[in-house]
Amino acid sequence: MQVPIYLDYSSTSPVDPRVAEKMMECLTLEGNYGNPASRSHMLGWKAEEAVETARRHVADLVNCDPREIVWTSGATESDNLAIKGAAHFYSKKGKHIITSKIEHKAVLDSCRQLEREGYEVTYLEPDDKGLISPEVVAAAIRPDTTLVSLMHVNNEIGVINDIEAIGKVTREKGVIFHVDAAQSTGKIDIDLETMQVDLMSMTSHKIYGPKGIGALYVRRKPRVRIEPQIHGGGHERGMRSGTLATHQIVGMGEAFRIAKEEMHTESARILALRNRLLEGLKDMEEVYVNGDIDHRVAGNLNISFNFVEGESLMMALRDLAVSSGSACTSASLEPSYVLRAIGLNDELAHSSLRISVGRFTTEEEIDYAIGKIREAVAKLRELSPLWDMYKDGVDLDQVQWAAH
Amino acid sequence: MAYSDKVIDHYENPRNVGKLDDEDVNVGTGMVGAPACGDVMRLQIKVDDEGVIEDAKFKTYGCGSAIASSSLLTEWVKGRSLDQATEIKNTDIADELGLPPVKIHCSVLAEDAIKAAIADIKQKRGEE
Repeated sequence: MQVPIYLDYSSTSPVDPRVAEKMMECLTLEGNYGNPASRSHMLGWKAEEAVETARRHVADLVNCDPREIVWTSGATESDNLAIKGAAHFYSKKGKHIITSKIEHKAVLDSCRQLEREGYEVTYLEPDDKGLISPEVVAAAIRPDTTLVSLMHVNNEIGVINDIEAIGKVTREKGVIFHVDAAQSTGKIDIDLETMQVDLMSMTSHKIYGPKGIGALYVRRKPRVRIEPQIHGGGHERGMRSGTLATHQIVGMGEAFRIAKEEMHTESARILALRNRLLEGLKDMEEVYVNGDIDHRVAGNLNISFNFVEGESLMMALRDLAVSSGSACTSASLEPSYVLRAIGLNDELAHSSLRISVGRFTTEEEIDYAIGKIREAVAKLRELSPLWDMYKDGVDLDQVQWAAH
Repeated sequence: MAYSDKVIDHYENPRNVGKLDDEDVNVGTGMVGAPACGDVMRLQIKVDDEGVIEDAKFKTYGCGSAIASSSLLTEWVKGRSLDQATEIKNTDIADELGLPPVKIHCSVLAEDAIKAAIADIKQKRGEE
């Protein structure tokens, strides 16, 4: 067993060796190095063929037409292109956009930019499980609403929104529906034939492909229009200019092909590992799972250990690569906005860990992690005045703290 | 972010962890910070009749730097008079531990903690 043990798959994933193989074939003089946009010679055609094969693999995973896939540099760019692109294109119809408080920063910051440009944005509150209901979306739609942007799976707590039901609402009201699917593609079933999604952001690096490549799905029927954000040679039917990175695209295509083939067996295996992890921790006192445990992707566990601060916990867990909702290192001292939005108090948000399991995680690693976490929590609670007070029966909410 | 060796040492082997009897008139307690901010320090000192700190204990909820700052502080105050202990500055703690700018607030909290503990004992003894 190698340390550190990687348990941060929601952040990124290593490239699958099968993917790396394919990518290496598209780089050197002996390989497929041509510009896919070169129409005048064999090398261009060959590169174009590889790109189109990859496009088909991506389309197959989410059940759409390959012509609906636009290559981008990743989900952040896809979110920017979808939100600003659609808001700008449909600005004559209205300037109201709906999103939620727990979206990824790529979505929230794109919306902030639109606010600076004079748009109005409604930020929906999730319920205490982290979910946005179709009813909440329906109630927020106004005559001047042009776009709803919601994530499929939340990056911190892994909960799954009912995109199919929300899509029915937006379609009925004639509003464009953008879904950030960075955390869901290749993890759970997505069928764009049945889901009434108009724009969908995808990325490669969360699903064992390379970083720096992603895609935006842009629906053809009924046709959805966006204004390009990057101008140039008119690649990708004018929606995203720039020479296509063949090796990156081929890597994403192969990663998505593998995901389609292995997703169901892999999810079952990963779920068993996550459940093993939870079983190993949940009998401890004052441990809370954050977000809905049933409507959740297999690999994610977000868990708070009350009275223990997240950063010091991570310091004790140097053999484990995990994330924390504590933001002690950030200048603001604000803990995770996602955990706050689902109603956690600051203490529990500061005390949280996000542990995410993936393709290369083993049972042995999970057992080792359980032991390390239990040991660290026990040690830090011995050091914690809050734990003392809790044990003495003091109600911490009644204490007058000298905030600093 | 990399921690200095001294922070890691104090974090892994914290000195003087514990609790003194708050009912004892010779014990002063300083509790500073707030759970919402991610740091709470409880520093306790036991002072002899000469006004010298003979024992110090702490417990801290917070990041590694906060734990190290309070651990170091307990080492420093032992054997000092209350007046000498008042002179400990947060910058001394930050320098000793090599705290980066984002962690300076941890040393500030430690300074606040000793000041609060001293104020508490003085109040108990009717000196203020």
